Amino acid sequence: MDLTVIWAFIIAFAVFAYVVMDGFDLGIGILFPAFAAGRERDRAMNSIAPVWDGNETWLVLGGGGLFAAFPLAYAVILPATYPLIIAMLLGLVFRGVAFEYRWRDPGHQKFWDMAFTGGSFVAALAQGMTLGALLQGIEVVDRAYAGSWWDWLTPYTLLTGLGTVAGYALLGASWLIWKLDGEEQAHARKLAIRWGAATIVLMGAVSLYNIALKPEYAARWLTAPEIYWVAPVPIVTAIVALSMLRAILKDRNSKPFWLGIALFFLGMSGLGVTIWPNVVPPGVTIWDAAAPERSQIFMLVGVALTMPLIIGYTAWAYWVFRGKVADEGYH
Amino acid sequence: MLENLDALLLARIQFAFTVSFHFFFPAFSIGLASYLAVLEGLWLKTGKPVYLDLFKYWLKIFAIAFAMGVVSGIVMSYQFGTNWSVFSDVAGPILGPLMAYEVLTAFFLEAGFLGVMLFGMNKVGKKLHFAATLMVALGTFVSAFWILSVNSWMQTPTGYEIAANGQYMPGPSWWAIVFNPSFPYRLVHTVMAAYLTTAFVVGAVGAWHLLKDRANPHARKMFSMAMWMAAIVTPLQIFAGDMHGLNTLEHQPAKVMAMEGHYQSHPDGAPLILFGIPDSEAKTVRYAIEIPKASSFILKHDWDAPLAGLDTIPDDEEPPVGMVFWSFRVMVGIGFAMLGIGLWSLWGRVRGRLYDMPWLHRAAVLMGPSGFAAVLAGWITTEVGRQPYVIYGLLRTADAASPLDAPAVAASLLAFILVYFTVFGIGVWYILKLMGKAPHAGEYGVKRGDTGPIRTAGITPGLTQNPGGEEALPSARPEKEPV
Ligand code: HDD
Ligand code: HEM
Ligand code: HEM
Repeated sequence: MDLTVIWAFIIAFAVFAYVVMDGFDLGIGILFPAFAAGRERDRAMNSIAPVWDGNETWLVLGGGGLFAAFPLAYAVILPATYPLIIAMLLGLVFRGVAFEYRWRDPGHQKFWDMAFTGGSFVAALAQGMTLGALLQGIEVVDRAYAGSWWDWLTPYTLLTGLGTVAGYALLGASWLIWKLDGEEQAHARKLAIRWGAATIVLMGAVSLYNIALKPEYAARWLTAPEIYWVAPVPIVTAIVALSMLRAILKDRNSKPFWLGIALFFLGMSGLGVTIWPNVVPPGVTIWDAAAPERSQIFMLVGVALTMPLIIGYTAWAYWVFRGKVADEGYH
Repeated sequence: MLENLDALLLARIQFAFTVSFHFFFPAFSIGLASYLAVLEGLWLKTGKPVYLDLFKYWLKIFAIAFAMGVVSGIVMSYQFGTNWSVFSDVAGPILGPLMAYEVLTAFFLEAGFLGVMLFGMNKVGKKLHFAATLMVALGTFVSAFWILSVNSWMQTPTGYEIAANGQYMPGPSWWAIVFNPSFPYRLVHTVMAAYLTTAFVVGAVGAWHLLKDRANPHARKMFSMAMWMAAIVTPLQIFAGDMHGLNTLEHQPAKVMAMEGHYQSHPDGAPLILFGIPDSEAKTVRYAIEIPKASSFILKHDWDAPLAGLDTIPDDEEPPVGMVFWSFRVMVGIGFAMLGIGLWSLWGRVRGRLYDMPWLHRAAVLMGPSGFAAVLAGWITTEVGRQPYVIYGLLRTADAASPLDAPAVAASLLAFILVYFTVFGIGVWYILKLMGKAPHAGEYGVKRGDTGPIRTAGITPGLTQNPGGEEALPSARPEKEPV
């Protein structure tokens, strides 16, 4: 396998890790208004306070990794989705500081809770729309973005944006099923069912829209022999989706959350299948955009040495804060 | 054409604005993380509660500063692509990997252990907790290491090859790229700058509370620690700055000419212009107060050494002189003021009156923000001084920008300005409020509300707040409700 393909998978892994890990943080932000002010909000917040920064770091790895491994893609996608990126960054500013500020200033806690929600929502929507803008194709001439600055705004990107919001809310709610108990857990369950259903519907809609979007995408999914390879993806997705809904209704621990992650994994694999081997559809392949071999090797050494450690201490940090939040079993 | 120019200028302002804001927080948290590690280490070693109290006092402040550093830093990692896409494309193969290393070796380390550092004392025990604090401190340093390597490579690029498609490719040795000629100087000078920035903040807070209550043992301790830093590190910093300048003279002479205000060459000994008003139209410094030949002495260690001036540089390769000239003087001026405080405190110590010198305390309060000003001024010197290049001698800033329309950049710039000033302004205000409260014994832990363990105090969820547990807390004073 060549280095460029390895790097494509590393970046995809970073993006996936980001999406599920910051996904549940952002999801909790999106759901925040549904929680009662006071104990419920505090517990929800406390369940992610020790880990959100680490989760968000995967975004830096995704962006920084793209810059390093596929500089041309980085240099094209960001100007093409400029307003979305700026909106996402500002959204992340608000939700990031809300973690500290809301405890600092009880008089304005409501305000910072709103900032937490608004920031999370905007960031999630912008991320989903960026993904949509990428999938619908970006015009590139002479190694530079050549479209106009509104190209990213279409019904399709709105759909992918909403799908992402719903998906994050689902992850957030199922995380809370795991981390909370009692009445609050029951509430999380209710939210998870609603947002789970919305996620499934929106995922289906995006998939169908994808097929209508470009003939190449349709060909990927609907013609033989590819169809034999890719047909299992929607089937497995349907099975996972149903078991997830079941688990949300019954399980008291982490099962709904893991199945939610599996759903995201399948969705992202589907998107990977759709655009492969482009990094910027329709015209830029991963090989066009790749950094030279010396850069790839140098970084690969770094990843090989550090990634096991990173995963190790990240897992440890989660383990330190294991269990239900702030109830009898917590201490 | 005119429109392009506008978009370029706006992009530059946007970058300068966001990076300057970002750097304020690391400048503080690099030093503060180390200070916290020292406090916790001293507490573990001596068992004296005063160190634990101070640790908890500053930890709350650190948590806020760090959060602001993180969110403004995330913005930076996307600013290259949004505003400097040509630069990103051509320099990505070299700078991308360095920044990827920063993420892998620094950001994950900080973020991974931050949760345990802030919230985990009762869960992991003292030793492991100390290890987490050390990891966070190490992470902040490693972060500075890589990002300063990136910046230094842009100042003094080495070890590259130019590919057919115009990209800068790494040569056979990454060593030559990472350890480019200006990097060691920049790293030392910047990290010491961060320590000084923190020391002067800590010193100011200590002094403030000494002015209100000379007997406060916590205020005494932190004031004394900060003054040791001021007395020891400032001279080192001035020395490092001088070395840095000599290195710059070698690699970026035009920058030094601008710093010195030397429009003209001086074949036999250049004067040191202390103050004056640079006039780039007339190519002269008006109302200059100068010391004859002193500049040659500082830069060449020879009173009569010839020094070239900006007249030897083509006009379109000159940096803007005014900004560089002034910002350099601000930094150096602050450096000597810091030295003054350090010496004054030594004098006080010798007389055994360090805590009884209200004028020293007032001066220290005044100097509290000086580190930030010096750091900002230093960076302006550095960055403006390398103009018109973004990669020195290779890529002009004007050729590096993204193909964006001016209104898009203007709108986002406006949004950044509004959001940063409000959000970070409020954050700074919260920090000042925390600083305004006197540190005291049994620095508060958690307040147990009737709704269960909720972290009113702010930095730790649940009951896990008191590092070290109750036994370490002499409860001489009642816990205070945080404001
Ligand atoms: C507390 C902060 C602080 C203080 C007191 C000083 N500096 Fe500084 N200086 C910095 C913080 C800083 C900085 C922010 O860290 C810079 C910006 C980029 C860099 O490498 O360091 C810097 C840059 C910088 C440069 C530019 C180098 C270049 O761009 O090539 C020079 C020549 C000096 N410094 C010299 C000095 C001297 C002679 C000082 C003595 C009084 C001094 N600095 C005090
Ligand atoms: C170490 C990481 C840094 C990198 C990689 C970096 C990179 C850059 C780049 C690419 C530019 C060119 C854009 C332009 O000309 O406007 C620039 C300019 C600038 N930077 Fe930096 N920078 C760094 C740190 C800083 C810091 C910490 C500050 C301030 C505290 C700073 C202040 C500025 C300013 C004021 C400009 C504007 C110069 C001008 O446009 O005339 N930089 N920097
Ligand atoms: C353009 C240049 C820069 C970029 C792209 C950048 C990027 C970032 C990012 C993405 C983060 C958040 C990391 C996290 O999630 O934990 C961050 C934080 C940080 N950065 Fe920067 N940074 C830049 C300049 C600098 C400079 C010049 C320094 C120091 C010399 C620095 C030191 C730090 C530190 C210590 C943190 C940890 C947070 C804090 O201490 O406040 N950065 N930076």
